[in-house]
Amino acid sequence: MKSLEELKKLREKLQSDTKLRAADGIKVIVGMGTCGIAAGAREVMAALMEEVKKRGLAGVVFQQTGCIGMCEKEVLVDIILPGAPRITYGNVRPSDAGRLVAEHVINGQIVKDLVVAKSV
Amino acid sequence: MRDLSLHILDLVQNAVAAGGKNISLLIEEDEKKDFLTIAVKDDGKGMTPDFAAKVKDPFATTRTTRKVGLGLPLIDMTAERAGGRLDIASRPGRGTTVTAVYRLSHIDRPPLGDIAATVKIIAAGCQGIFFRYEHRKGRNVFVLDTKQMREILGEEVDFGESAVMEWLDGFLREGLLALDKTEG
Repeated sequence: MKSLEELKKLREKLQSDTKLRAADGIKVIVGMGTCGIAAGAREVMAALMEEVKKRGLAGVVFQQTGCIGMCEKEVLVDIILPGAPRITYGNVRPSDAGRLVAEHVINGQIVKDLVVAKSV
Repeated sequence: MRDLSLHILDLVQNAVAAGGKNISLLIEEDEKKDFLTIAVKDDGKGMTPDFAAKVKDPFATTRTTRKVGLGLPLIDMTAERAGGRLDIASRPGRGTTVTAVYRLSHIDRPPLGDIAATVKIIAAGCQGIFFRYEHRKGRNVFVLDTKQMREILGEEVDFGESAVMEWLDGFLREGLLALDKTEG
């Protein structure tokens, strides 16, 4: 049973290594405008989260953003590693989650065939 | 949009984009009266009456209103097709409440879909925002309040962390299952 009691226990675990995680600062941002949602953004985000969980990665923070005007390329996913430029991936499908997490988040290698933009 | 849970995600994103700091989602399934209500309320920047009157029309959308786009027209369409309606109550500077009502048993009513997945993503992304989700089904009520989560977890924890998300997932799925238990 997942209860609020369980959340209290989680608190101790999380707060003990807050500093460590803050230093990691890996951000994954998924476009969640109407266009993104209709293209399957929720499923892509769920797949990315599942992948991060499966690999036991701490310090990856998920965020959402609205429509950025590239609706035809949704689902759009940005991955930002500390000190590296922001990489925007387009036409992302849930089946791409494994590659994005393994190659980019873990190994720092950009998944070239999915990139649509790069910004500092 | 395949189901209502995706529309709900869209409505809440609108509320976030409007600068809402307190956002609530109410879902009420009433089998006796045969209606399904979905209401999203925010205390964001609100809309003028003129603007609120035309947001249901995708073609009235100008560049400055582009952010509203297709989300509301699509919900309006599904509600009307299912014997219901979409109401928008808004005051500039005070906030907006969007209420979609469906006939619960209507054959054209889209399914609710994966509400837990939608609420999990909203809750995980609500840094600096309090989000409250209440789901009523008959006499059963389920509530998720991120204010309560914040009180328990403290200010520094990001709800987008996978450990928190995992808790959210379990809490929501179990809570929603319990809604289906027969009324005592």
